[in-house]
Amino acid sequence: MIDFVNQYLIPALVLGCIYSLGAIGISMIFAILRFAHFAHGDLMAMGAYLGLFLVGIIDLLPLDGLSVNAKVLIALPFSFVATAAAAILIDRLFYKPFRKSKTIILVIASFGIALMLRSLIQLFFGADVLNYSTGIRFPLEMFKPLRVQERYVYIVVVTLALMFALHFMLTRTRTGKAMRAMSDDADLARVSGINTEKVVMWTWIIGGGLAAVAGTFLAMDTRLVPTMGWDLLLPTFAAAILGGLGRPYGAIAGGMIIGAMEELSTFPWIGDGPLISPDYKTAVAFAVMVLMLVFRPQGLFGGRVL
Amino acid sequence: MELFGLFMYLLGFLAVALIYAIGCLGVNINWGFTGLFNVGVAGFFAVGAYSTAIVTSPPSPVHLGGFDLPIPVGLVAAIVFAGAVAWVVGRICLRLRSDYLAIATVGIAEILRLVFRNFESLGGGPFGVQRVPRPFESLPQPWSEIGFIVVLAVILLLLYVLIQRAWSAPWGRVLRAIRDNEEAAAAAGKNVEAFRLQAFVLGSAIMGLFGGLFALYTKTITPNAIEPLMVTFLPWVMLIVGGSGNNKGAILGAVAIWALWTMTEILTGLLPSDWASRAAFIRVFLIGLLLQIVLQRFPGGLLPEKPPIIRAPDEKHPDRA
Amino acid sequence: MMLEATGLIGGYGGADILKGVDLAVDQGEIVVIVGPNGAGKSTAMKAIFGLVQVRAGAVRFRGEDITNAAPDTLVPRGMAYVPQERNVFPTLTVHENLEMGAYIRRDDFRAVIDQVYELFPPLKEKRRQAAGELSGGQRQMVAFGRALMTEPALLLLDEPTAGLSPLFMEEIFDRVIAVNKTGVGILMVEQNARQALGVAHRGYVLSTGENRFADTGPALLANREVAESFLGG
Repeated sequence: MIDFVNQYLIPALVLGCIYSLGAIGISMIFAILRFAHFAHGDLMAMGAYLGLFLVGIIDLLPLDGLSVNAKVLIALPFSFVATAAAAILIDRLFYKPFRKSKTIILVIASFGIALMLRSLIQLFFGADVLNYSTGIRFPLEMFKPLRVQERYVYIVVVTLALMFALHFMLTRTRTGKAMRAMSDDADLARVSGINTEKVVMWTWIIGGGLAAVAGTFLAMDTRLVPTMGWDLLLPTFAAAILGGLGRPYGAIAGGMIIGAMEELSTFPWIGDGPLISPDYKTAVAFAVMVLMLVFRPQGLFGGRVL
Repeated sequence: MELFGLFMYLLGFLAVALIYAIGCLGVNINWGFTGLFNVGVAGFFAVGAYSTAIVTSPPSPVHLGGFDLPIPVGLVAAIVFAGAVAWVVGRICLRLRSDYLAIATVGIAEILRLVFRNFESLGGGPFGVQRVPRPFESLPQPWSEIGFIVVLAVILLLLYVLIQRAWSAPWGRVLRAIRDNEEAAAAAGKNVEAFRLQAFVLGSAIMGLFGGLFALYTKTITPNAIEPLMVTFLPWVMLIVGGSGNNKGAILGAVAIWALWTMTEILTGLLPSDWASRAAFIRVFLIGLLLQIVLQRFPGGLLPEKPPIIRAPDEKHPDRA
Repeated sequence: MMLEATGLIGGYGGADILKGVDLAVDQGEIVVIVGPNGAGKSTAMKAIFGLVQVRAGAVRFRGEDITNAAPDTLVPRGMAYVPQERNVFPTLTVHENLEMGAYIRRDDFRAVIDQVYELFPPLKEKRRQAAGELSGGQRQMVAFGRALMTEPALLLLDEPTAGLSPLFMEEIFDRVIAVNKTGVGILMVEQNARQALGVAHRGYVLSTGENRFADTGPALLANREVAESFLGG
């Protein structure tokens, strides 16, 4: 039992946090800008690599005794801001000209942006696998007999804090309410006098920033590869669709579910071997997504249908 | 010797450009004709490439087959299997808005890559399928290469003529109508879903052929060849730059972009080696940027789609109100 | 005149739906546009509010030319518009809907919200409920209230009683009069022509994209030709 918790449930929660953070952005961008943002995975990768760059800078500072995790956490707000700024810039240069076009043109443009971002990552950081920490890691474990690694605690706590902040913004601030209004009905928002371009900007700040956090956490938990964005894209899309597009809370739930299903699918539920070979872990997200498309395209909690 | 090398290089360039042109025609049927955003070109490419490779290669102890059958059988298998996969995907996704098709096709492509990488008794795992025969390979160079190019050119020409005919036939007109105004087409009594499915399956089957020809040309197929950048993104850029909706544009775009791609390769090859590997990434960035520029400034591409021929007013549904 | 639209020609892309429409609303007036289906009533209103491209003609509001101005620039000038359908934010609460109506205001608008609640008492009870869960009539009240939040000089209402029961229709017209009493000019498109002309100061009858009749509300009701052709006898 304790092994099940340690080896499956805790990693599932961590992966769920990462997917949720990515899926919130995809869901909100879809609801407000009306297109499936194919570059979202690469925004996550970009955030992760910016984190690596910042950790490198922190290493140059005369600070002793900081753990790698601490350095990554210090870097996190900066990479949040930088990725959000990059997202706004990409929107201005490459998406804004198509606000009144068929949305599929935006999907094509974002597909191109995805590869442009990836090639920039490869240009600056090379194509090899990298890590935030060099050398062998001796993870600090807490809450015995549970084996909770230090970084898991950071990931879950920061994710929860960000979700509360998002909830506060969406329900308590004028801009947050305007975001919800615009994702309900963009035309009505416009005729009500809501500054829709400002709402769009905030959508990119939140979407881009949370993507950076998601990417950083995935890199913290595993490693950095330039293709990580592409690998993240499918499960986060699946999570956003599962939760219902345009539903940030649904995206959180969807992320948790997809994360859990990916991890738990490798548990030996029947017999001794894993139920599904870990090789096919990513296929789980896709299978869930296809089933949703067929039977409940509006998502579990009734979002928008494309 | 220098000259012969250059000549062979040019022949190699031409062969790959023609293979891409065929793939590009498939993308054009999906996007240019029908407005279906299929980002799973790599998936259908993979199905086609593996089908051809398994059908035509000699028996192997590792993967399925090979069946050592004639090359044309292999290519037909590529078309049939890619089309069949497309039919299943299309049945599920085409009734939803285009973004879903995009997501689903990306998913299919990724799953297929996983399957081909991991399912050894099907596709040979990471080593893929080797010893795929190539037409005219017994001939000495350059004749072997020239022979293959002739085969490619014939296939391309045949496809071009067939597609061009379909395009100006009523079938093509209905596709255009659906692409431009789905509701009006449905109101005119057209079975929109059936037409889109046909176009999706046909385009994807041609992408399968694209994969099959690639496997023949390189004499092998491995999971690493199913790289979305090279087999999904590049054909897309080729089509959009060439002019979506225009078959000549699709072919021209394939040749032009492939020329750009290989020429920059020569240029970056002149750089010191650690620079050269980085410069390859700049190339991807620039191709991406080119796509953005074309989308924004020249949405029609090099050869824009010709406006439809004006027909007598009574032929079109006069009353839309 | 506060609002003056002259010779409006335009439509959605291809064919022109409006073929030269004139409309005017003065300070504090209730003006109603009636006419058969497809007459271009709603299109004319949308053209005024910048939602339909005006190809020829001009719209002036309080002396300024606002032809083809974007809707979000018209709200700060003192106009508000209630679309016929999809006129509330369904997942937002009633209260949040009203707040979104006041998006452009940076001052304290709590008093205005209270006024809206006074005008539509059922909304006050349901202020914490999602607008999408309300009945059709109550949603219409939310939409109405949302548009009042900017304290507009001119309110454009596109078929506010569409799909409502006669009881609710009466209720909505009562509110229109009440709002008008506070000095708000109202331009309203209506299917329920008789009842609407009953509350109107002036009315326009449109047909096939052109003006047919323009007169005071009572005069139009008394006009036999109007009654026979457009009010169902």
